[in-house]
Formats: sequence, C-alpha cells, structure tokens
Amino acid sequence: MEFALTDEQAMIADTVRAFFAENATSERTRAAMEGEGIDRDLWTAFAGELGLAGIGIPEDFGGAGLGMVELAVIAEAAGAQVAALPLLGHAMLAQALVRGGTQVQKEQWLPRLAAGEVIATVSWNAAFEVHDGAVSGTIAHLPHGAIADVLLLHAAGQVWLVDLTGEGVRRTAHVTMDQTRPLATVTLDGTPAEVLENGADGIGGLHAAGWICLAAEALGGAQASLDRTVEYAKERVQFGRPIGSFQAYKHRLADMMVEIEQARSAVYWAACAVDEQAEEAALALHAAKAFCADTYRMCAGNMIQLHGGIGFTWEHDAHLFFKRARSIATLYGDSQWHHEQVAHLLMGDPA
Amino acid sequence: MKLGFSNADEAFRSECAAWLQAQMAGPFADIRGIPNLVSKIERRREWEQELAAHKWSCIGWPEQWGGRGATLAQQVIFAEEYARAGVPGRINHIGVELAGPTILAFGTEEQKARFLPGIAAGTAIWCQGYSEPNAGSDLANVRTKARREGEEWVVNGQKVWTSLAHFSDWIFVIARNQEGTKGPKGLTFLMMEMDQPGIEVRPIRQMNGEAEFNETFLTDARCPADSLIGTPGDGWRVAMGLLAFERGVSTLAQQMGFRNELDGIIAAARANGKDRDPMIRQRVAEAEIGLRLMRYGALRMLSNADHSAIDGAALTYKIQWATWRRNLGELAMDVLGQDGEIAPGAEYEWPMLPNLFLFSRSDTIYGGTNQIQRNLIAERGLGLPKEPRGDL
Repeated sequence: MEFALTDEQAMIADTVRAFFAENATSERTRAAMEGEGIDRDLWTAFAGELGLAGIGIPEDFGGAGLGMVELAVIAEAAGAQVAALPLLGHAMLAQALVRGGTQVQKEQWLPRLAAGEVIATVSWNAAFEVHDGAVSGTIAHLPHGAIADVLLLHAAGQVWLVDLTGEGVRRTAHVTMDQTRPLATVTLDGTPAEVLENGADGIGGLHAAGWICLAAEALGGAQASLDRTVEYAKERVQFGRPIGSFQAYKHRLADMMVEIEQARSAVYWAACAVDEQAEEAALALHAAKAFCADTYRMCAGNMIQLHGGIGFTWEHDAHLFFKRARSIATLYGDSQWHHEQVAHLLMGDPA
Repeated sequence: MKLGFSNADEAFRSECAAWLQAQMAGPFADIRGIPNLVSKIERRREWEQELAAHKWSCIGWPEQWGGRGATLAQQVIFAEEYARAGVPGRINHIGVELAGPTILAFGTEEQKARFLPGIAAGTAIWCQGYSEPNAGSDLANVRTKARREGEEWVVNGQKVWTSLAHFSDWIFVIARNQEGTKGPKGLTFLMMEMDQPGIEVRPIRQMNGEAEFNETFLTDARCPADSLIGTPGDGWRVAMGLLAFERGVSTLAQQMGFRNELDGIIAAARANGKDRDPMIRQRVAEAEIGLRLMRYGALRMLSNADHSAIDGAALTYKIQWATWRRNLGELAMDVLGQDGEIAPGAEYEWPMLPNLFLFSRSDTIYGGTNQIQRNLIAERGLGLPKEPRGDL
C-alpha cells in the first residue's frame, strides 16, 4: 500500500505551500482583483524560478515531466491561498496537447506553456462553427478570456486551438463575482483555428487536468477555510469562553474536517487513477470534481457563519474563498451533472 | 503515490481467496452469507477452529502465538477476500481484534501464554464489558466495582450492550477498584470467565427484532488475581489503547459488506424502475462516491500508518461510514417503496435492505455516537478546547 505522497511529492508540496503562503498574499491577490485578475509577477515566479508551469509536460518539450498527482499538489496549494493564477486553463491546454496534439503542435506550444509565456483558456461547451479552418461564434464565460493568448474549444469529439492574439477576436471583460478568476465573452469571426490530431484523447486530457485542478483547488480552499476558522475559534472569547469550546460551534468544524478528509482522498484517487490509466479513472474524476466542489462550498459558507459579522466584510478574506467556491461549483460541470455521469456509469442511461 | 498493491501482495490475495472460496463452496457452504453474528453458533465455532487449523484466524499476530506476522497490506487483503467470498462475520472478532492485541500490548508473558492460544485456536470466544447504564458516551463513569479477596478479584455491577455475551466464553471488564475515585482514575482491566454463577446474561431485543447484545449482571463474579491486565488503577490506559485497535484493517472488509448493500439497492432500482428517477440516480451516485472515498480514505490511513500527521484524519472515519450507511438505509427504503415495509415471512425478520434501514440506526450510536465523534475530531483532531465537565 503506497497511497501516500512519495518523498519527492511531499517535497514539492512543502515548496509550493511555502511559495504561495509567502507570495500569494491577500494584499497581492486583492491588487490582482482590481486589475486583470492575474498576479503576473506570481505567475512569472511560479513558471520561471520554480519551473512549475512545466509540470505534466514531457521533458522533451521543455517541461518538468511528472503527472496529475504533482499537478494536484500544486493546485491544492494555490487554492489554499486563492491565488490569482491562470493555472486551470494552462493545465487543460497542456494535457490536451500532450495527449492529442501532433508533434508539430506540441513543439509549437508545449515549450511556451512550460515557460509560462502564454495564458490559456478553455471553453466547456460553447456553440461555434468551423469552416475551412476558421472558427466563428460567441464563447461566453471564459475564465481569463479578456487576456488569454490561446483558446481551446471542444465540441463533437474534436478540439480546436485558436490563437487569440491575432485578428477577428472581440473580447468583453465582465465584472465577475469571483474576481480571482474573472470571466469574459469572446466573439470569434472567422478566426483561424487548428484542429488537434486526436480529438478524443485531447478531450480526455483537458477533462482530467481541468477536473483535477478544480478539485484540488477546492480541497486547498476548503482546508484553508477550516484552518483559519479554527484559529479564530481559539482566539475569540464570548460568554467567558473561547467560542471553539461550544459544541454548536466545534461540531460544525468537525463536520468540515470529515468532508475535507474525503475530499483529499478524492483528489489523490482521481490523480493516481489518471496517472495509472486505471479503469476507474472516469468515475474518480467525476467523483472528485463533484465532491470537492460541494465540500468547498460547505466549508467556505461555514467560514463566514462562524466568523460572525467580520466574516461578512470586504476586508476579511472569507469572501474570496466563498466566491471561488461558488465559481468552482459551476465551472466544467456542476455536481448534479457529474453525479449523473456517475449514475450513468453504474446504471446506464435513464430510459 | 499508487492505488494498488504489490505483485507479491496480489499473489497472497490469490492464495487466501482460493482457500476461502473453497471452504464456502464445500464444507462450510451452509453458513455462507449469514448476515448476522448470532445464527448457527455451533457451526460458526467450528468455522473459527477451521480458520485456526489453517493459520488464518489471527494472521496479524506474531507467529509465536499462532499468527503469521502478516504485514498490514496482507491483513487488508485477507479481510477483503474474506468478505468477498461471502464468509460470515467472525463471531470471535472481539477476541481476535480487541482482546488479543490488548494482551499482546499490555499483558505479561504468563498472561499471553494463558489467554492467546485459546483465541488463536478459535476455542475461546470473547465479549467486551465496557458500557453500563450510567456509562455510555461517558465511558469513564463506570460504577462496576472490583475488590481484592485473597488471590481473587470479586466484581459487582452491571454491564449493558454487551454484544455476543450470550455465547461468549470470556469477557474483559473495566471496573472501579479504588473507592471514591471518579472518571478515568482508579479503574482496572480484568479478564473473566463467563461460565460462573456470578455472571448472568439477559439478551436485549433490538428494534430490528434480533438480539445481538445483552445486559450482563456481575454479582460476586470472580477471577484469579493475575487476570488483571496492566496494574490496578491503570485500566483506563489499557482500555484506551484497546480502542486504538478498533480501527484499521477491518474497515476495508466492512466496506465489502457495504458494497453488497449498495449493489442490492441498484439491483432493486433496476427491477422496479426507480433507476429512471433523476433524484434516485443522484443519490445512488453520491452513495457510490461515498463508498469509494471510504476505501481510499482507509488506504490513505493504512499507507500512512507510521505517520502521526494522519491521526487526525483517522478520527473522521467512524462518523463518515456510520452516517453514510444510515443514509444508505434511507435510500434503500426510498427505492423499495412500500414493498420494503412488508416482511417476507410470518416472523418479524427482515431481508438485507429493510434490515439495513433499521440496523443502521445503531451505527451512528455504538462505538461512540456521532456527537461524541464530533467532540473527538474537534478536540483531538483540531485542538479545540475541551467541553467543560459537569459534576452531577
């Protein structure tokens, strides 16, 4: 039985936790929220100094190798600080290319992704048209869509790669509830697009990376919501006692921990299953996305309630977690959709 | 980080699976699949002894005492294959999983030689005398008294919820040996023979109609002085050490039973069309996810068994599975509809799924209620201040 982080994985975890705790501070994240929603210095340091943008990208293409377990370790640490980082689209594009791209596409894009030079975004299920290698349509709700350099579209078993830096791209940035991952609408009008050679494998790659990334972010955010609330529970005194000594309070924290420990099992089960190409990988991915998103919502909501009035203020960070939890819940399939996918795996289609 | 077991472990799996399946197909086919611990007791005793004859009765124990010195992974695998083969639960699980490990950890060499061979051989069935009418969640509040009389301990008091006491050969008891002590101080841990005039067992009928547990009355019950584990007054430490043995490898075997129950629900839904109900589909999916997460949670705990960092996480397991299973019972009845409320025969006896609905109401109570589990998680796992103790 080796269902535990290896020494190397534990070392990566320590490194990224320290990195995000030191650099993805509330102050810097809030500055990013006022701007374009990305802490560019953080992303540069993450990709450059730490070389972490290359995780999951083969060394032949300038990456760091490794796999989904390591990606999960990183996303968990980033989520714990609600870091304003374009990791999600990045990981999805990288894995779509690694699995489904041609040699030329890999050579063109993977080294730049590994170096953190481009910001990627992925559309979940927008309607669009492709004629003679040019895509037209309106893609709504694109994470970091206002500034992304490259877009991955997928539909009908195919994946299209669109360079957003060229012509025929109109962007509308939205004031987004979660300002740490703002959404935009991108309208394409005959924009050049290239298809990934192996669409099905590409979709498999972007699904795996996307759901693991979101699940791991949610795990990190849920754990941080618990940790911060536990600290508060020990300090805050009412009725002559620390409020954490009251059962009505501590039982809610215990319930959070029960969910979080399951969420941790879910994330690393899914990541391992993908890395090992296990038969249960599909089930594990749906399970992880749904369970972790639900856990995060519960924990971030409790964080506000258990902090009382201060938890409702703009000044306190609780709302950053709460809003990130909300956006994760809907992004790339809500829990009901993922549950139905699991039900389908178990019982087939509803007649 | 890996999901599965090593090749050597998988070879061990094949070995034990083959033996267990052969037993259930052949000489012990008549006890295969019995869902409780109280039916066909004489045959179940024979089964315990058959396990022992082939050195399968306590594989995690040292070889010197009848075990195989099996690794944690091997113990997990054996437990999984045991459940997969449809072998009924061990009527001596308290002896093998609780009494034995306690004696191994805290007993003298003499006590090991006296008690362990009977457990390993499957000839000494054990039960646990912990709870009392006034010591349930507040276990340290035991009032049963033990006093020294010559070369014997003499015990008076009442135990309750004593599972399997009605056919057990031995009981371990915590009793108060120091007058005037309160709480965890002044307790003592004794091993007593059940077959004596001072011990009377009265079965308690449960809400599902079965009687697995009992009231146990101790009236001048006796045991030799050297039946005490640890030192007089030190019983709480021994008892708490014992509780630590309660989690671990058995959890994965328990999940095989849960798997069976969930599969039964899915089959029932397919049969009556509830598998098309979107709400039922959501709940089945959530149940499946919960079960898988239990498995990987247990594997995570066992893979990290040497790291204290996982101790807090391990505390969450009891409330997790108990709550999951209680919800599963609700799902079972929602799938079955009114068919589930009709017993198949003339007796008040229930098939697997309605029995799950009724029995799972005990899961969130025994072994520490959900409320006590939340206290433990919050206080030991999260380091929150303890609940102040009253003095009534």
